Amino acid sequence: MAKTLYDKIWDAHVVADNGDGSALIYIDRHLVHEVTSPQAFDGLRMNGRKPWRLNANLAVADHNVPTTPDRVNGIKDPISRAQVDALDANCAEYGITEFRMNDHRQGIVHVVGPEQGATLPGMTVVCGDSHTSTHGAFGALAFGIGTSEVEHTLATQTLVLKKAKTMLIRVNGHVGPGVTAKDITLAIIGRIGTAGGTGYVVEYAGEAIQDLSMEGRMTLCNMAIEGGARAGLVAVDDKTIAYAKGRPYSPKPEQWDAAVANWKQLHSDPDAKFDAVVELDAKDIEPQVTWGTSPEMVGPVSARVPDPAQEADPVKRNGMEKALAYMGLDANTPIEQINIDKVFIGSCTNSRIEDLRAAAAVVKGRKKAANVKLAMVVPGSGLVKSQAESEGLDKVFLEAGFEWREPGCSMCLAMNADRLEPGERCASTSNRNFESRQGQGGRTHLVSPAMAAAAGIAGHFVDVRAL
Amino acid sequence: MKAFTQVTSHVTPLDRPNVDTDAIIPKQYLKSIRRTGFGPFLFDDWRYLDPGTLEVDPATRRPNPEFVLNDARHAGAQVLIARDNFGCGSSREHAVWALDDYGFRAVIAPSFADIFFSNCFKNGVLPVTLQAEEVQAIFEIVNADAAAQIVIDLPAQEVRLPDGRVFKFQINPHHKHNMVNGLDEIGLTLQQGDAIKAYEAKRRAEAPWLFN
Repeated sequence: MAKTLYDKIWDAHVVADNGDGSALIYIDRHLVHEVTSPQAFDGLRMNGRKPWRLNANLAVADHNVPTTPDRVNGIKDPISRAQVDALDANCAEYGITEFRMNDHRQGIVHVVGPEQGATLPGMTVVCGDSHTSTHGAFGALAFGIGTSEVEHTLATQTLVLKKAKTMLIRVNGHVGPGVTAKDITLAIIGRIGTAGGTGYVVEYAGEAIQDLSMEGRMTLCNMAIEGGARAGLVAVDDKTIAYAKGRPYSPKPEQWDAAVANWKQLHSDPDAKFDAVVELDAKDIEPQVTWGTSPEMVGPVSARVPDPAQEADPVKRNGMEKALAYMGLDANTPIEQINIDKVFIGSCTNSRIEDLRAAAAVVKGRKKAANVKLAMVVPGSGLVKSQAESEGLDKVFLEAGFEWREPGCSMCLAMNADRLEPGERCASTSNRNFESRQGQGGRTHLVSPAMAAAAGIAGHFVDVRAL
Repeated sequence: MKAFTQVTSHVTPLDRPNVDTDAIIPKQYLKSIRRTGFGPFLFDDWRYLDPGTLEVDPATRRPNPEFVLNDARHAGAQVLIARDNFGCGSSREHAVWALDDYGFRAVIAPSFADIFFSNCFKNGVLPVTLQAEEVQAIFEIVNADAAAQIVIDLPAQEVRLPDGRVFKFQINPHHKHNMVNGLDEIGLTLQQGDAIKAYEAKRRAEAPWLFN
């Protein structure tokens, strides 16, 4: 029978079928960070259990780490420090490989995994973090888990999972210049809604997806979860294989040919059936800007803030009214007339080298607008930071009045010192515009790196294609 | 894990769709390395008028009188009801720990986000998926009479209303079995240790690069 890519990966990982739609599934890679793991390690200790397979785990602290250069002296906030110390101690106690805060390979776990080759095609990858969907860009089945499942993975190298339904999202044709993976993924969420993918694993396909670099595919799959899908997938092609070569965790030279032969099977069969199919035309996708407090509250930069009075569904109308009140926006305001206070370029969605290049290309030779209090660029990892510096991107940002920081999750969720003050409005390349996500009372608009950079220069949203 | 069979309780109505886990428990509380003590911070940004952190005693803060958790009529409710896509966003299991620590044993909604849904079952908190019209009917009953009690019966897979109506709900048999019996899933899986080892041996031969 014809199989989807999801079927193929699932079938290759079944340890035992429970016969009720669920199965015990083997986990190839477990990525660990400091926020969702301490209680799992405590659980192991309490029950006298040990990690099942040490080298399946890779740990890095990312959520709490400061992004200022003084972090070489340690974390000032005692509670953040305690959490990072707990990760260090747990990894040391059990012998798990960890990139500590001041290791040059440290960074956001979803940037570090692929960069190290720890994420490979056909793997099952989990992490106590919903944006684990990122790794689906490699044709890996990757999804976020809670802390109890972190403990389950540590203790057994498996998870009990129910098989998901499959959704094919095909983006036909090619996007125009200035339209990025971020705009594609936001446009998809605008179409299917934040619960549209609930219960599904999504496979992205079509020319516009094939066109994307691996960085772009990671941005795309990163936000599968914002569309409700626990995992997103892109079929393996030559770009995937080229990316996976020569990294620390890549197949060894004597394993390479067999690995490539295996990976070349990692695509849905031509006649495979999906439970749902969604199609978009790439040419219709403009640069996107969110206006509300859920990623589905999104539209093209050329649009206006929608009017709740036009919404027939009372539950939705109520949600829109609450969102506009929180965001401090009036219905029908043109998006391009919304002024911003801060810019955040970073996060597991958009902090890779290609993102930084795109933002730098916009700001080069320009200056940050006077009304923008802070524009910060936070590379996804120490290796991304070094690469960017070798290309002179740091200087481009600094000359424009943007700040150049150390790697971490930073103001995507503001667990460290980087945050919005109440009422501040931010053009952000992150993934969630939820209430208070970037700081209590902060107002987040999700955009691509080029659009965030352009907003930082103009002081308000602007169509990057018109610059 | 705590077993769940039947709960009889009045209901706290949270009339919002897309309640995300950042709203259920904001990021500053995720710095705790414990599993308990999150109840006072449940729905923190909506519940208090002043900002909080782990270091601020919640008793010293100003409750928001507009927020439903601060409505004395709902005090002690063990059931929360909300609209579509409850628990979306971050995978933080702290959201379930906060609901549990506050005293909620069950959440009713027309739909739940996948990771939150699965986290509930690890902690003895029952997510009950009902039709949107059924959820609406419960909202109407609770809004008319905050003291109205409903029964959630897991073995029978039904929610019973004070007016006699009965709403059936679906649940994965595996989840149901573990919840009703309060089973430790890791212990159960470790009983299949030989199968895991056999899988690894076969897989290592087929795809050795996965074990580098």
